[in-house]
Amino acid sequence: MSKGFKLSSVFAVLLALSLVLSACNFGSNSGSDDGQTLNLIELQEPPSLDSAKATDSVSFTILDNVLEGLYRADGKDQPVLAMAAEEPKVSDDQKTWTFKIRDAKWSDGKPVTAKDFEYSWKRVLDPKTASEYVQMMYVLENAEEYNTGKAKVEDVGVKALDDKTLEVKLKTAIPYFKALLTFPTFLPQRQDIVEKYGDKYALEAKNMVYNGAFVLSDWKHEKSFQYKKNDLYWDKANVKLNTVNVNIVKDSAQAINLYETGKTDFAYLGAEFLDKYKSSKEKFVIEESSVWYLEFNQREKEFFKNQKIRQAFSLAIDRQKLIDSVLKNGSTLPSGFVHSAIYATPDKKYRDIVKYDFPFDPAKAKQLLAEGLKEIGMDKAPTVELLTDDTTKAKRQAEFFKEQFRVNLGVNVEIASVTFKERLNRGKNGKFDIVIGGWSADYNDPLTYLTIMKSDESYNRGKWKNDEYDKLIRAATVNENYEERLEQLKQAEKILMDETGIAMLYFRNQLGLKKDYVKNWPWRVIGAQYSLKEVSIEGKK
Amino acid sequence: MLRYTLKRLGYMVVTLWLIITITFFIMHLLPGTPLKNEEKIPPQVREQILEQYGLKDPLPVQYVKFMGNLLQGDLGKSMTLDGRNVADFIVEGFPVSAFVGSQAVIFGTLIGLLLGTIAGLNRGKLVDNAAIIVAVLGVSVPSFVMGGFLSYFVGVKLQWLPTGLWESYESSILPSLALSFGVIAQISRYVRTEMVEVLDQDYMKTAKAKGLNRSTVIIRHALRNALIPAVTVLGPLAVNIITGSLVIEQIFALPGLGKFFVQSIQQNDYTMIMGVTVFYSALIIIVIFLVDLLYGLIDPRIRISGAKE
Repeated sequence: MSKGFKLSSVFAVLLALSLVLSACNFGSNSGSDDGQTLNLIELQEPPSLDSAKATDSVSFTILDNVLEGLYRADGKDQPVLAMAAEEPKVSDDQKTWTFKIRDAKWSDGKPVTAKDFEYSWKRVLDPKTASEYVQMMYVLENAEEYNTGKAKVEDVGVKALDDKTLEVKLKTAIPYFKALLTFPTFLPQRQDIVEKYGDKYALEAKNMVYNGAFVLSDWKHEKSFQYKKNDLYWDKANVKLNTVNVNIVKDSAQAINLYETGKTDFAYLGAEFLDKYKSSKEKFVIEESSVWYLEFNQREKEFFKNQKIRQAFSLAIDRQKLIDSVLKNGSTLPSGFVHSAIYATPDKKYRDIVKYDFPFDPAKAKQLLAEGLKEIGMDKAPTVELLTDDTTKAKRQAEFFKEQFRVNLGVNVEIASVTFKERLNRGKNGKFDIVIGGWSADYNDPLTYLTIMKSDESYNRGKWKNDEYDKLIRAATVNENYEERLEQLKQAEKILMDETGIAMLYFRNQLGLKKDYVKNWPWRVIGAQYSLKEVSIEGKK
Repeated sequence: MLRYTLKRLGYMVVTLWLIITITFFIMHLLPGTPLKNEEKIPPQVREQILEQYGLKDPLPVQYVKFMGNLLQGDLGKSMTLDGRNVADFIVEGFPVSAFVGSQAVIFGTLIGLLLGTIAGLNRGKLVDNAAIIVAVLGVSVPSFVMGGFLSYFVGVKLQWLPTGLWESYESSILPSLALSFGVIAQISRYVRTEMVEVLDQDYMKTAKAKGLNRSTVIIRHALRNALIPAVTVLGPLAVNIITGSLVIEQIFALPGLGKFFVQSIQQNDYTMIMGVTVFYSALIIIVIFLVDLLYGLIDPRIRISGAKE
């Protein structure tokens, strides 16, 4: 009997295992390599490929490569014609734009029409869609009103005059509208497809249609996805890659291992592996539009309401040391609140017009702190609480600031490291003295940064307040004289910098590794991370 | 036996209900909401989304609704992965975790048994000490160190096996090995201790006196009795391992279930938290029950007393 028991249990385990084995869908994407196959890794599963609902960079990247709006961003982040056949007719007041739609096809063979845009944009604005990026669309006439139930859908400023003509009416003329049209929220959608799949739309690769350079040919959730060249793409002659395989790999060490064994042609290079690839030709800097700064709580306590004290804290930070010895990710010194990637006019970058620098000067910092304390009638700086995330990176940075303020200012800092959600919570409710803040551009204009420091914005966590600043930003937002508008934005930024409403830290970048046979790979700074249309494989052995 | 089993089943349902209820209410104490860009979205959109998720209802109402759906076998939709069914994630992720985990349990049990037996038979000798060192290392070296080491050394340096990803059977070997060290350590310790005790028992002397050969004595009498405590820990241990390890799945880039246990909490994905909780607790309760039944098979004394009850 004892033998029988053992045999049967071994048999049962084997049976169970073989059942499980059959259910666990092994299998790789990598089919035959025809010389134009790119292998990539991505940090997470795309949560949503519905362009009306997507909010994260992985989803944006896929959308940007499989769908095309009126414009797409080129290698230098400049808008170039895509589904728009020619430059639009723009009315004298810059508010009415008439686009001709290119003769292009969806991946199921149906033509792309102006209605696909009208439908998609109105769907974003439909309150029932609950699109998180709906504010991008508020530049249209009556858009905000419709979204908040104060206007009817017919009033919204987008209309297909016929199959090939799209008329767009803006609430206010804005200089960055073309660039804005490259943002994924403005992509077209097919009404019949969206309605056919209902709440399953874009949840699987087959539950959507494509009009971009690639189609999503496979999507294994939480594991991998695959692009194939789109044979019906209007500009397919200029698409070189045939296949792009993307595996989801969260662990940075595993990414490097896969890169080393040739399983991926790209990997993010974390600070912990920097030494190994210090002089590697395969290392490259991935530029972002992300600016980082310290916010000082200026709600009730007198301490950080004092301008000299804020300036003292800013002067006490050795930013170069922070970048070189803590961040180690290719970040650069900041030159203002607006990121260096942002354009002021269609051909001139904002930071080429005006620049700030943020010196490290402990002596002056101590002097200003003393003066500031005197002004508010205190003889000693209180202990200051620095709020930060509980990730290793964030903690390392917080330790750095603690040390800088202790040595250079003689101020004691206590670090409160909490979960991401809790940090948002405390930031919103003002439960901190200093918090590390970051912001990335939503559209290519200085306003995308400057607007969040208005005193009534929830992202202004420190509640720095300057009435002149608020006035300038409000005026610039609706100013249709572009030169005057730029002046107002410049003045506003100057006030923020002069008063040290926030203390700028760095422009964040990332480091990556890519094999040298991967050529012409443009990375973007807004929305999607990169474009695949231009990429080719050359000289791979 | 039947009455005993029924009674146990009743307890199981009550336990499961308690776990679900407590988790449900504790979970809502987490700060924040499932919204991805909590601060960036306009207030009316925020309200709309919370409304769609049913999060505007009072908590007891949400609880009743959740229980109602659960009784119909509906775990609901994820709040962060755009309306995909929670059950789909479990159905897709669990086989991967279960495969890697079961393999780890098999590796671990076999090696652990061997080590424990050898150590027990050679008490105080060099082999015994060596086995103890292995056991201590297995418990104390964290799995991410072990996983990272195996991926780099066997995968990159030796190039014997894939460093990670889930592409073929070979992909599962290193993660299973990395996971098995904990099992080896536990099983070998228990088996060794029991072995030492059992070897001194009178019935062992009887067996020897009856002239049975050494291997029969060890396998049929000593090992079988030494197994009981090992089986006790093996049940819960196995559930722990087959439901997936966040760390190992992350290190080897496996599409398993493990990450959802942590990710869902970080993201306040309430339906996902409940989904994995229900799944995990049901599984562990069932396994503990099975282990109890298994005792009877291994040790007739327990079966008899169970029947009497």
